[in-house]
Amino acid sequence: MSTDTIVRLPDQATARIPKVNFLSKENGLLSWLLTSDHKRIATLYLISITFFFAIGGTLAGLIRLELLTPQSDLMAADTYNKVFSMHGIIMVFLFLVPSVPATLGNFLIPIMIGAKDLALPKVNLLSWYLYMIAGVMVLYSMITGGVDTGWTFTVPLSTHYVNTNVITTGLAIFVAGFSSVFTGLNFIVTIHKMRAPGMTWFRLPLFVWSNYAASILMVLGTPVLAITLVLVVLERGFGIGVFDPSKGGDPILFQHLFWFYSHPAVYIMILPGMGVISEVVSTFARKRVFGYTAVAFSSVAIAVFAFFVWEHHMFIMGVSNYSTLVFSLLTMLVAVPSAIKIFNWSFTLYKGSITFETPMLYSFGFMGLFTIGGLTGVFLASTGTDIHLTETYFIVAHFHFVMVGGMLMAFLSGIHFWWPKWTGRMYPEKISQLAALITFIGFNFTFFPQFLLGTLGMPRRYAAYPAEFQVLNVFSTAGASILGIGYLLPILYLTWSLKYGEIAGDNPWQATGLEWQIQSPPLTENFTEIPVVDHDAYDYEWLEKKEKEVSSVG
Amino acid sequence: MSDSTVTVQGAHTAHEHPPYQRHHFASMEQQVDTTSFAMWLFLLTEIMFFGGLFCSYLIFRNWYYPAFVEASHQLNIFWGTLNTGVLITSSFTMAMGVWCAEMRKKSALVLCLVLTFVLGLVFLGIKYIEYSEKWEKHHVPGFHYSLQSFTNPASDAEVHKEYPDDKPLGVDMARHTELYFSLYFAMTGMHALHMIIGISLLGYLIFRAQQGAYTTGHVTFVHNFGLYWHFVDIIWIFLFPLLYLISRHS
Ligand code: HEM
Ligand SMILES: [Cu+2]
Repeated sequence: MSTDTIVRLPDQATARIPKVNFLSKENGLLSWLLTSDHKRIATLYLISITFFFAIGGTLAGLIRLELLTPQSDLMAADTYNKVFSMHGIIMVFLFLVPSVPATLGNFLIPIMIGAKDLALPKVNLLSWYLYMIAGVMVLYSMITGGVDTGWTFTVPLSTHYVNTNVITTGLAIFVAGFSSVFTGLNFIVTIHKMRAPGMTWFRLPLFVWSNYAASILMVLGTPVLAITLVLVVLERGFGIGVFDPSKGGDPILFQHLFWFYSHPAVYIMILPGMGVISEVVSTFARKRVFGYTAVAFSSVAIAVFAFFVWEHHMFIMGVSNYSTLVFSLLTMLVAVPSAIKIFNWSFTLYKGSITFETPMLYSFGFMGLFTIGGLTGVFLASTGTDIHLTETYFIVAHFHFVMVGGMLMAFLSGIHFWWPKWTGRMYPEKISQLAALITFIGFNFTFFPQFLLGTLGMPRRYAAYPAEFQVLNVFSTAGASILGIGYLLPILYLTWSLKYGEIAGDNPWQATGLEWQIQSPPLTENFTEIPVVDHDAYDYEWLEKKEKEVSSVG
Repeated sequence: MSDSTVTVQGAHTAHEHPPYQRHHFASMEQQVDTTSFAMWLFLLTEIMFFGGLFCSYLIFRNWYYPAFVEASHQLNIFWGTLNTGVLITSSFTMAMGVWCAEMRKKSALVLCLVLTFVLGLVFLGIKYIEYSEKWEKHHVPGFHYSLQSFTNPASDAEVHKEYPDDKPLGVDMARHTELYFSLYFAMTGMHALHMIIGISLLGYLIFRAQQGAYTTGHVTFVHNFGLYWHFVDIIWIFLFPLLYLISRHS
């Protein structure tokens, strides 16, 4: 693998970290807990999200250990149920949904559009507190008995049969939902109203576009999840019967309401990641993203289509054949805008002068794994095969390819890409590239066998399985331990780099976004003067011209 | 780090701002625009939130039509209508309040807000009366729900007098009245919760208005709160006919 890095400008090599920046501005715990600076809030999120990811990851490890052998020997079946439920709940609601928007989005969106902060800084802080309250509630319900309904809270299981903390967890997700509604709302308002002069819609970086689309989903979808969970809680607390067939209620109604949110939620999770990839690909191919407008609109198209496909989670639930057919076709339609993105990234790379820094490696990982995840989704969107594959490990492999192979790769790509801006220091390149490689290998080792297990018919959500599946499960567990190392490394070396990393300078990648034109780490209000934007996104010629000016002056 | 894209915009310094302009907005106009846009968007999320309930209600109403009709006979139209009146009046006093704030009439603003506050409390008081009626008649789902009034309408002399055509429902259909009341409590309960939040905010507004906070020409907060209050009223304007009125006489 080629490891040439972009040549640094000479003045950047000797640069120091500016004394005045958003990190150093004030000190003390309170200055953090009461901050309304979007960059500090993003930092708070980064820390807390990493914390919850670590917990979710530990639970994943326990699951895989249990599945090393065919018997349920490490834990009893009901403990296993709690472990995978908690793993799912934490990963989905406390990691995937907020990950890129709440950290990178929070940090970057105002800067990328030339604003001093998000439109509603206090609401932004409130979002973080809601997130933390939800997190604490989830941990509390985990310690005091856990939940075993899976992350989908399926009724009537959740309302009538289980004897676990459904109410606390349900309310926790309700609270987390509001956190995400407020984040989305804040982004939409900011993008509409806070753009600097000259920053037209079609000059917006694609990262902003994709977060905008995800925000629409958050704002329209999450309230429906919220009310659904309220009904589940009321059902458990008071037996109100809306989802209870014995009272004339309807569990299918729950499915409709739940998936009306949770299918779009998949795109809440993936769209911001796609935004990261657009930025990274363009920067390291040093070309404008091919078909900028198509990529921008495909985000919005995904957001719109996402609301019309929820029923594909219900193919086996006795909904009518007619609606199943319609939803099956609609589901395949969503693949079109996703494919547009993949094609356009590939065209962007084509004949680009590509370099292979860590963010780019993770982005390649994203493209490969997300494509596999997406293609296997087509099997699931076709009713015929879905009936065979649903509730098997094929599903587990499918959504891990999309979510972990896709989203998490994008998250890591973005964290590395903007780390120098965020902290003022570089991550160590060689070991980071190694970590990216380990992650990719570990990932495939872990989840590829699960496709095979699924087609062979191993059902999901069981602690024990027939002995014939063991070989593949051993592979998968071995892969998971490699993957675990792959995730642990960045946590370690990124923390290390806070103190010992090479000084980054303002624009280590020679990228064009507004965020690269200010100091690293930025000032508290980002810009001393609001910029006037006079060029399109990814305009490398503009950048070259500017660099010449600077060096001829210097 | 200054470069060709960064030019001075206008010549304002931080101290030319009015005191209520937040630091990150370039102008007061931008601030007002932004916050009211945010408020509208928030109300949109509220519509989605209640939308789930409305959908469920309409579906079940279709399925269990007779049960829903007879169950709706149990609601007290008098209290319902009175409450609708109370809410509409409170919307009016709130609108007057916004106007007073714009006109910078401090004591009139405080008066309007207090009136709105009181009307809000009256609404909740009446809701309390209605809820306790349901409790007494064993129409609160879950706890000690009784089908009596529906399997044997004659046992409920008062309602029977008003709706002499009510036929006894079979037990199977009568059971679905419980669903009606579930939705009744969920929907009006969610609405009442919004009222409680609104009334608490009003308390804060009254306190601040007395200090003269909203009669400086900067009325965004009163304005946005007004939007919220009207929105909560509008939800009721939908709830009232859906729960109390439609198909009452079929
Ligand atoms: C080290 C990596 C991971 C491993 C080995 C792993 C393994 C598993 C396993 C074995 C299950 C249970 C499948 C079943 O029985 O149905 C599961 C479920 C799940 N995982 Fe992971 N996982 C990993 C990482 C992640 C990550 C990073 C995420 C999200 C960011 C995630 C999201 C989920 C979700 C949403 C479920 C569904 C839980 C449920 O069925 O309720 N996983 N995972
Ligand atoms: Cu879906």
